[in-house]
Amino acid sequence: MENNTGVQMKGADRQMELLRIQQIEKYYGSKSSLTKAIDDISFNVEKGEFVAIMGASGSGKTTLLNCISTIDRVTAGHIFLEDTDITALKGKALNRFRREKLGFIFQDFNLLDTLTAYENIALALSIQKRPAKEIDTAVKTVAEQLGITEVLQKYPYQMSGGQKQRVASARAIVTDPRLVLADEPTGALDSKAAKMLLERFRYLNQERGATIMMVTHDSFTASYAGRVIFIKDGKIFHELRRGDDSRKQFFDRIIDVVTLLGGDVSDAL
Amino acid sequence: MLCKLSVSNIRRSLRDYAIYFFTLLIGVSVFYVFNAIGGQATMMQLGESKNEIVGLISSALSYISVFVAGVLGLLIVYASRFLMKRRHREFALYMTLGMSKGGISAILLLETVIIGMLSLGAGLLLGIGLSQLMSALVAHLFEADMSAYRFMVSGEAAVKTVLFFAVMYLVVMVFNSIMISRFRLIDLMQSGQKAETIKLKNPVLCVIVFLVSAAVLGYTYYQVGWNYDGLNRTKFVLSFVAGTVTTFLIFWSVAGMLLRVVMSAKNTYFRSLNAFTFRQISSKINTAVCSMSIICLMLFITICTLTSAFSIRNSMNANLRALCPADFEIEWAVYDDPENDRIVFEDVAEKYADAGMDIREHFRDSVHFHSYIDPALTLGTFLGSQLESIRSDYQFLNYDAHEEIVRLSDYNRLMQLYGREQLALNDDEFLVAANFSSMIEIRNRILAEKPAVEVFGHTLHARLDKCTDGFISLSSNRVNTGILIVPDDVPDESGAGADYFIGTYAADTKEACAQTEQTVKEQFDRMSRSLADDAARSVMTTSKIEIYENSIGIAALVTFLGLYIGLIFLLACGAVLALKELSESVDSIPRYVMLRKLGAEEQDITKSLLIQTGVFFLLPLLLAGIHSVVGMKFAAYVLSVFGTENIGASILSTSLILLAIYGGYFLITFLSSKRITHAAQNIRTQ
Repeated sequence: MENNTGVQMKGADRQMELLRIQQIEKYYGSKSSLTKAIDDISFNVEKGEFVAIMGASGSGKTTLLNCISTIDRVTAGHIFLEDTDITALKGKALNRFRREKLGFIFQDFNLLDTLTAYENIALALSIQKRPAKEIDTAVKTVAEQLGITEVLQKYPYQMSGGQKQRVASARAIVTDPRLVLADEPTGALDSKAAKMLLERFRYLNQERGATIMMVTHDSFTASYAGRVIFIKDGKIFHELRRGDDSRKQFFDRIIDVVTLLGGDVSDAL
Repeated sequence: MLCKLSVSNIRRSLRDYAIYFFTLLIGVSVFYVFNAIGGQATMMQLGESKNEIVGLISSALSYISVFVAGVLGLLIVYASRFLMKRRHREFALYMTLGMSKGGISAILLLETVIIGMLSLGAGLLLGIGLSQLMSALVAHLFEADMSAYRFMVSGEAAVKTVLFFAVMYLVVMVFNSIMISRFRLIDLMQSGQKAETIKLKNPVLCVIVFLVSAAVLGYTYYQVGWNYDGLNRTKFVLSFVAGTVTTFLIFWSVAGMLLRVVMSAKNTYFRSLNAFTFRQISSKINTAVCSMSIICLMLFITICTLTSAFSIRNSMNANLRALCPADFEIEWAVYDDPENDRIVFEDVAEKYADAGMDIREHFRDSVHFHSYIDPALTLGTFLGSQLESIRSDYQFLNYDAHEEIVRLSDYNRLMQLYGREQLALNDDEFLVAANFSSMIEIRNRILAEKPAVEVFGHTLHARLDKCTDGFISLSSNRVNTGILIVPDDVPDESGAGADYFIGTYAADTKEACAQTEQTVKEQFDRMSRSLADDAARSVMTTSKIEIYENSIGIAALVTFLGLYIGLIFLLACGAVLALKELSESVDSIPRYVMLRKLGAEEQDITKSLLIQTGVFFLLPLLLAGIHSVVGMKFAAYVLSVFGTENIGASILSTSLILLAIYGGYFLITFLSSKRITHAAQNIRTQ
């Protein structure tokens, strides 16, 4: 919580910096019809931060997340996680990076439907070839933290959306990744389940010290973060820090910016 | 518009289901190749007796073709139904856009027509190409001269192929239309969305079912493989039914137990992608139990058919060398009157002399002797104390048939001609020469007691406690049921029976032998015509060349039938498994994308795919292999008349064919799955 504040940021040690995004660009299409999905974006993320990236559909926020998560390539610029330039990773190094440094949470959960919740969470660890005993302890710990101990033996089709997303979150967090990336995590959830999930995110962020970066178009969801970066037409439009505000106050400030952003995002609210 | 849709649909599915079109293509070409054999053989100027055999083979192959068409038809219907199921959402889209069911039918009809024409055309071309290769095999089997052969296309076979496949495609079209008429939009739209429930079977039940099935199967194995003496038609059918049912139940229970077993080994289960791999397998295996059972049985039939076919062919060649050591034989028997089957002696050489010819004229070496019959000595009296127990086991033997008796010196002169080992007897001994295995078994039962037998008033003792391998008449198979060899002074000339003349031609080359045979047969005919009386003669001439040609025919027949059925069955098995596996891979694409996002290593993913594909191809093969061991044991018993010395080589040939086709399908499936799960990802890998 403390290092989420603006004051602390300014005095932050270089050591605390986790993610450094340097002038990245992402173009789609050919020379004749070029779409700039990301147009010169730079920002840093500190260790232990909970950042939300907001923007309307087509603003480039998901592209940004895909580039950071190594699912997509940047056209220009560099992304550093700790000291690794992830835009230069290839093949095995890329796979190792994904399974050791990153955790993913998707809008549609992306759980393997043939596996139980327990096995889904364990998969992230078994891919890292961790011993079975260690896997068991880790899965049970994270399940407790996310309140899904009762559903561990269930299959995805037997769970509610909120439970599925918490299982997906458990899978993302169980490996203790440097960075957890969430793409519209509340997109497919009802408001009650969304609130519960976000409470858990905050818990993971504060108690486990997880660094979370979340893409959303929902102001309520964004209000759980410590910092919100607004993106419009592939550029950073604005940035808000929560400081000592309550979540409600922060939510109001976010709404103000969204209104400022104009009608093109209001439909996304 | 519809046409454009159809073409683009085909193009898209061609990419994923190339293996189906490939199978159709091979199916068409195999069908053509085997139906064209008759025409090809005709071109080789094989000679009359061989042409007769070719005619027989052609008609046998055309009967089998109907069966093969049935198998291929089922495969096509299965595949098209399967492919259609995967397109439910596409059809739903057409229907929501307002297309009528007729329109969808039209699209499918067009697709079937296009695919049918493509596969037929390409298959025929391939078949015509392959049949030129096949003609080399035909020539080899018939030892024909290939020089007269030129490139040929069998119009008849081509028309037949087109006709059969046209009917099959027509059936598919009708089938598709029926399926479409039953569609309901809501079902189509929800297809694939319905939560897939994963049910784990009751493990205790699975174990019980498995144990019971294994026990029943074991008992069936024992009945067929070891206890075949007691086997009758009902028991055989029962065994087959039991084998089929237990095969199904074993797959059913293994499907239920496999995952549990792997899961219980926690350290293995939670290593790398193992949990994912075995969950994948178990989710598929439950729906695949039925098709795996059928594939297992088809593989079993294929293995047995191919091995038996090769085995018969191989043993025939070996038999010919062993059982035809001379060129020509006359067996001359005369009955005292037509009603009575008592043989009276007549010297065939005298008959030649009467006709002004020398029976030995064209022979380098020959033996002329006759056998004897003791009216008091029948099979029944020979079997003596064992008769009753044998009679209860074998009710249909003629126990009143007289035993054929040969003097030792006559037999040994024949053995000298044959280049076989000569026998020795003491004055009060006899031997039984036989080579028909089930009669050997029967005779050995009494010979084991070293019995004394009354022959023409002499009491003779068995020299050995079993039959001696031997025969008199030239033959392609081991059919000598038993001849008593006795000391020279035992037979009474009043008992003289059949007269034998056996010899080798005074000719060295193949052509000269054929020439000599012609002359010898003409002489025989001249002698036969010169016979004035109308005595009830039973005359048989046998020649090595005739036996050889007949054997070639049988060898060719079984080879072609075995290959035909074997190839089609393997093709069908491979295609069904490949289709199932590939569509599963397509369905699982999101899962693999997920695994890559989680950072799974490529080699681990490849390994997982290999295990998944391997299990589905190996499980049916494994059980089929175990079935086949017993099946072949039984087949060896049934085929013992042909001799089964070369069964190892036959198993090798079968394994090679199996490896090439089934293994080929496995490899293609694995590689395609790898491509599908790899290429469809929208995720950076480098």
